[in-house]
Amino acid sequence: MSPWLETMRRETLLVMRKKSDVLNPLVFYLLVISLFPLGVGPAPETLARIAPGVIWVAILLSVMLSLERLFRDDYRDGSLEQMLLSPHAGAGLVLAKIASHWLMICVPMLVLSPLAALLMGVSLKALVAMMLSLLVATPALSMIGAVGAALTVGVGRSGVLLSLLILPLFIPVLIFATAAIDAAAMSLPYLGQLALLAAFSVAAITLAPFAVIAALKIGVQ
Amino acid sequence: MLEARRLSLARQSRQLFSDVSFSLEPGHALLLQGRNGAGKTSMLRILAGLARPDEGQICWNGTAISQSDNYLQSLLYLGHHAAVNTELSPTENLRYLSALHDDDSASIDDILCAVGLAGYEDVPAGQLSAGQQRRIALSRLWLSNSPLWILDEPLTALDVKAVAGLERRFKQHLDDGGMLIVTTHQPAILPESVTQRLELAALDPEADS
Repeated sequence: MSPWLETMRRETLLVMRKKSDVLNPLVFYLLVISLFPLGVGPAPETLARIAPGVIWVAILLSVMLSLERLFRDDYRDGSLEQMLLSPHAGAGLVLAKIASHWLMICVPMLVLSPLAALLMGVSLKALVAMMLSLLVATPALSMIGAVGAALTVGVGRSGVLLSLLILPLFIPVLIFATAAIDAAAMSLPYLGQLALLAAFSVAAITLAPFAVIAALKIGVQ
Repeated sequence: MLEARRLSLARQSRQLFSDVSFSLEPGHALLLQGRNGAGKTSMLRILAGLARPDEGQICWNGTAISQSDNYLQSLLYLGHHAAVNTELSPTENLRYLSALHDDDSASIDDILCAVGLAGYEDVPAGQLSAGQQRRIALSRLWLSNSPLWILDEPLTALDVKAVAGLERRFKQHLDDGGMLIVTTHQPAILPESVTQRLELAALDPEADS
């Protein structure tokens, strides 16, 4: 089997063996969503207005929570060195690894998001815009996050440093996503914002693997 | 042929080695010796291309290894960490490693039997002993057909029988025209006639006290 497929197979197996890696961010996400109505009060019109933003922020933070482990175990047990020494080393293997991260971490949250939005009474128009923006923009989150994870791979407890590094890069994504949802709630066209989010993702998918490889090479030295 | 030219490396303001040169012909082994902390692992990582020396150059068949297009294909590096994931079984670990390095994965089961891991194929590696985990990593020596092996303390945690098996594999590899660079504190496992020795002495005079 090709090394890319084998990498994805391995990541899937690892997630099945160590379920907490996936469940932690997911549970965190659901907790944030369910605590918010208790915090701001259950008035439907308030909730419906802030819900898409809350869901977006919760996903952003959950993704960040999951990033620390992306390369950590491989760095500790030497698998990362073997990956870098593979004749296929380079963007492909890293892309396969990050794609698995997106599939395992982001997709379950995407699946639960419509449910969370309906619970908070989000209108159908805003819901569609929110889902589209999430679908288009979460690959960018995984990709940008992976660069941060690779840069901090040699740092022992990298959580805080990682957040400081990548949060500023997540903010533009959040801004355009909420702009799209606001526009949709007011029945305005929001294709422009979606296109920008898609552009973020395409740029991140194209460029981030190279940055990740370069950062990992420095990390293992 | 692997050629190292005037390698130097300093770590934390301590000169680990300087002006080290050697060349390794097919069918020959190089034994790196030195006290703990003399820079053996650093030297192996430099030779594998994972780290860079402060000065000097390594050439594979006349081309610098960073430019050589087939160096990584020719190289099998087993580092200080075994690259064995403790959540995965021996078979799954080897499947991944052989896919990374284009080795033939069809013979994994036979090789696991041969290295004495029959019956443990589906046990997560974390539940195996240190010696058994080392055996998983060393299975790659039977899977791979790379001509150049760089091994960092391959005998750690191995029992007498496994060491004897490894000794036979080393000899076979060298007879087939392979190259071997190894650090070990049991030099007797390398065939004397084709082994060069390289002693890395710490240059820091204070360290010799």
